[in-house]
Amino acid sequence: MKVVINADACTGQGRCFGIAPELFDFDDLGNGVVKGDGKVTPELVEKARLAEANCPEHAISIEE
Amino acid sequence: MSIKPPVEDFATDWDHTDPAWVANPYPIWDELREKCPVAHTDRYGGGWFPSTYELVSAVANDTDNFTSHTVVIGNGRPGEDAPPAPIGVAPPISSDPPFHHIARRLILPAFSPGVVNTIEPFVREYCGKLLDNVSAQEIVNGGSDYAQYIPVAVIRQMLGFPEKDEDLFREIVHIVMEGIDEPDMDKRIAAFEPIRIYMEEQLQDHIDHPRDDLTSYLLNAEIAGTKLLPEHIFGTILLVLVAGIDTTWSGIASSLYHLATNPKDLERLVNEPELMPLAIEEFLRFYSPVTMARLVKEDFDFNGCPMKKDDWLLLGFPAANRDPKAFPDADKFIIDRQINRHVAFGLGIHRCAGSNLARMEMRVAIEEFIKRYPKFELTDADVVTWSQGQVRGARHLPLRILS
Ligand code: HEM
Ligand code: SF4
Repeated sequence: MKVVINADACTGQGRCFGIAPELFDFDDLGNGVVKGDGKVTPELVEKARLAEANCPEHAISIEE
Repeated sequence: MSIKPPVEDFATDWDHTDPAWVANPYPIWDELREKCPVAHTDRYGGGWFPSTYELVSAVANDTDNFTSHTVVIGNGRPGEDAPPAPIGVAPPISSDPPFHHIARRLILPAFSPGVVNTIEPFVREYCGKLLDNVSAQEIVNGGSDYAQYIPVAVIRQMLGFPEKDEDLFREIVHIVMEGIDEPDMDKRIAAFEPIRIYMEEQLQDHIDHPRDDLTSYLLNAEIAGTKLLPEHIFGTILLVLVAGIDTTWSGIASSLYHLATNPKDLERLVNEPELMPLAIEEFLRFYSPVTMARLVKEDFDFNGCPMKKDDWLLLGFPAANRDPKAFPDADKFIIDRQINRHVAFGLGIHRCAGSNLARMEMRVAIEEFIKRYPKFELTDADVVTWSQGQVRGARHLPLRILS
């Protein structure tokens, strides 16, 4: 499982790195970025799903 | 200002300054969502109010048909002498694409999460001082003793303006908001004159003594090798003042109102501090402080409504946040709500640039308050007042300290 941010849709609402700092970080403009290759380890699956479900811009997707 | 007749039917004659709306807008929005998801009014020269999450999102993302040239509804329309789109009076909030993108990029680094983290200790210490000042009081006003000071101190510090001018800041916000409703352009300009002089003094001081703050940053910033126009700098500073102060003040005060009236939530937050991030998002959803506006660019049909050029559109992020289609149990405050795609900070290109800062201020202000006062209640539910207009929050909030 992998998390992906669609940079065109992300407006830096900052929910993802609030919920799952293990998976997401922010850049200089405060936009969300995926950490590393975005691979989600089993213990982070729930957090990944929560981040996806809380992004107001629907910018996060999960690739199984 | 003339006395307006009270609203009898919000579907055909809405007014966001009507006393019923100011006191408790939620039942009005619930009814509109059922009956008439895009309400109309002839007031203010004509305007529309969508009340569902879906329609609010559609408008926020539609910069082709709606302009941000004026984002606060008043009796006047933007005058001939107002700076034209796409820059507008207060970039980036008043700017449309493509200029918006440039003006926004310019200020985002100043509000990034990394910068916000460095301000947190200052906010915590400042909240502690405010609480020390009222430590002898049995009754603490959550608004006028506490919440109202916090964002003012933060913005003042970010801009690098003198500490002694903090009262003046609140006045500036007031004059700007009042001025918007003043149809007479000459009176508007006259009311604004002292602010213009004050700001020019501050800018000059920064030109003479550059330092590490947002004002000097804007003075030095360049777009494609050219320094910003003075009216751009002026407008952005004014925006930060107006957008950063009563919004966050409202967010903090409404959260304290909630805790004062819901002892179970207060107790949970005191005992389970790890709930704070979820609680902040739910405060933001349930008591969303900020409603925006747009102007219709050209005649067009929106959701079956015949919108005309220059009609207002009241962009109710708070109404969207209470839409039961978007949030199960939308009218219930659930302190640990896990899925909460709220739009309190707006959506799309104008998403609040200060959202990380605002969240941090709210969190620290509430943490410090409940650490000092783990138990408090309203002295009297009837005396609480709420601000009128597009920023909603508890204002007069007398809290009896119980422990
Ligand atoms: C709880 C507090 C706050 C709330 C609820 C809030 C809400 C909003 C909303 C809804 C917008 C969207 C405007 C639109 O769509 O037209 C916005 C924009 C903006 N806010 Fe905030 N805000 C808050 C605090 C702050 C703070 C503390 C600052 C900065 C000091 C700030 C600066 C801005 C700026 C610069 C914009 C314009 C962004 C753009 O147009 O690209 N806000 N805010
Ligand atoms: S929550 Fe969504 S909009 Fe916000 S930073 Fe993350 S991806 Fe971007």
